[in-house]
Amino acid sequence: MEQVAKAGIRDQSGLLAKLMIAPAILYVTAMIGFPFILAILYSLSDITTGDPTLRLVGMRNFRDILADSVFRLSLKNTFFFAIVSQVLVILLSRVVATALMKEFRGKWLARFLIMLPWTAPIALGTIGWLWMLDSIFSPFDWVFRWLGLLGTPGALLGPQTNLYWLGVPSLAMASVIIVHIWRILPLATVIQLAGLSSIPKDLLEAAEVDGATPWRRTLEITIPLTLPIVSIAFLFGLVFTFTDVTVVYVLTRGGPVHSTQVLSTWTFFKGIEGGDLAQGAAISLFLFPVLAGVAAMMLRMARKSEVV
Amino acid sequence: MFESSAGTITETDGEEAGTVARVELRAISKRFGDVRAVDHVDLDTVEGEFLVLLGPSGCGKTTLLRMVAGIEEPTSGDILIDERVVTGLPPRMRNIAMVFQSYALYPHMTVYKNIAFPLRTRGVDKAAIRKKVEWAAGMFGIERLLDRKPRQLSGGERQRVALARAMVREPSVFLLDEPLSNLDAILRASAREELRQFQKRVGVTTIYVTHDQVEAMGLGDRIVVMSQGKIRQVGTPMEIYHWPADTFVATFVGSPPMNLLGEDDTLTGFRPETFLPAELVNEANGVVTYPFEVTWTEYLGAERLVYGNVGEKSHALHVVSRLPGSMSLPIETGRTYTFAVSRSDLRFFDRKSGLRTDRGPA
Repeated sequence: MEQVAKAGIRDQSGLLAKLMIAPAILYVTAMIGFPFILAILYSLSDITTGDPTLRLVGMRNFRDILADSVFRLSLKNTFFFAIVSQVLVILLSRVVATALMKEFRGKWLARFLIMLPWTAPIALGTIGWLWMLDSIFSPFDWVFRWLGLLGTPGALLGPQTNLYWLGVPSLAMASVIIVHIWRILPLATVIQLAGLSSIPKDLLEAAEVDGATPWRRTLEITIPLTLPIVSIAFLFGLVFTFTDVTVVYVLTRGGPVHSTQVLSTWTFFKGIEGGDLAQGAAISLFLFPVLAGVAAMMLRMARKSEVV
Repeated sequence: MFESSAGTITETDGEEAGTVARVELRAISKRFGDVRAVDHVDLDTVEGEFLVLLGPSGCGKTTLLRMVAGIEEPTSGDILIDERVVTGLPPRMRNIAMVFQSYALYPHMTVYKNIAFPLRTRGVDKAAIRKKVEWAAGMFGIERLLDRKPRQLSGGERQRVALARAMVREPSVFLLDEPLSNLDAILRASAREELRQFQKRVGVTTIYVTHDQVEAMGLGDRIVVMSQGKIRQVGTPMEIYHWPADTFVATFVGSPPMNLLGEDDTLTGFRPETFLPAELVNEANGVVTYPFEVTWTEYLGAERLVYGNVGEKSHALHVVSRLPGSMSLPIETGRTYTFAVSRSDLRFFDRKSGLRTDRGPA
């Protein structure tokens, strides 16, 4: 009688695939899908932290937040901070990545310093900035005073002894943007480096032989060929900045007078600290269509980034 | 497949015709750290010639080509194109064109834009660009490909686009870096023929780099054999093959390589096809006979390679004989035959320096 060999689980690739993916699917469903459904339900109810019963009330929360001027300001700020900071990140990271493509003494140190912001836990890094932007003890102000740009009558930045980085609306917004740039720069630099190194060397040499000046080579060869990967870096940064709570929360708590309020912090203040879970959920859901669109664009860009 | 449009190089828009230039290299050296990639090379091209730089990997031929192009700067020495010193000038001021081994087509541009690129960098106006691109495309039969992107083209088509892009500017010097090595064997042979005919028709001075000696022999008006950064010999294919300047050239050119037998300070060399059964060798100039013990034969269709030893058992030297396939003389391994070489086919080399010591062609 023949012995039929029995395939163990290792050889059943179909079943094995399902088993291996199962934990990830479980995680996404439990940790992301379930809270997401909850958020939608909350946004359509009148639930608060004091009264956790779920009574559906339709679109009332959405009407209320759209009427709220702070919400509208938060929405505007979210886009403003994200887009301005990421455009600057792309420009800066391109410069840094181009510099890092060449060999020079101390390159390892430069690389290390560039990567440091990414390694710091965001809350700690932001607290460090909080101290550096202090209204009395800011080292930036100290340097400006030392250079004569501040603190004397007729000085370029004004006669006062300090710049109130976090106390004046315009400077507070600038501070938030600066910290966002500082945080995302390492990631963007690494992505740009990958893009720049993927351009075959002889393409640029051929362009040189064809008569292209360095400027034209950058404009017509390097930039178009790295556009897909630059877009990915841009969109990544957008997602990180759109959803960030820590920078605004630590630096300004959304102040002064909501001038740095963003959707993620306003959700927290309204929903958790303020107790109105339903409105908080509605505010947070506003980001969803934007981020879904961004994610779709990123996937499209990733597919386009072949350099052959 | 390379069709020329009506007219010659001068036709297009009244612009001055691409001049046929000479390239002169004076004591060119290139060092990378301690490595001498190119070591004191002196070379002059002849106007309109197809000059091949031949040598094994690492011999400096590509580095030399890149220095002529201007994408590599020599450590010392001068390069002149058309009597003008161009050392230190960027490529765009040298009126040269180059085809890279990988073709280096711009992947994000259509074939039309690829070919138009060198004209756009010169500020040529759109109408003139269109005429020239169509002319260049017509020269290589790729008009129907103008709207495609490089990734939609086959290897042979990409090569033609690269050639069209190089020729569209009507350069004075045409540089090619192993442009046929990415093609399959059959395509390579036909591309070789077309390239040669094209160059003959257009008449532009061409410098071509290859490690394939068959390609070099087939294409070159003259061949520059290089090794370890130095030139070993410059000559026509016939001169290189029949009168190699040293043992390197003798063994690099020709497959199987020249047989070299050593006695004292002199090496005696003869090509496998001159080493034949004694009764078949022309005795007019005298012959040298060898007892040839056959160890192996290879029947290759058009020819038969017979491997074996000459000389005493203890001093046996390995030699190869190449017999035409049409010669059906039976040759058995293990047996010893009397083979011979005509004296006029013998070459003598100094063992220490490797240089040929005989006088050369009478």
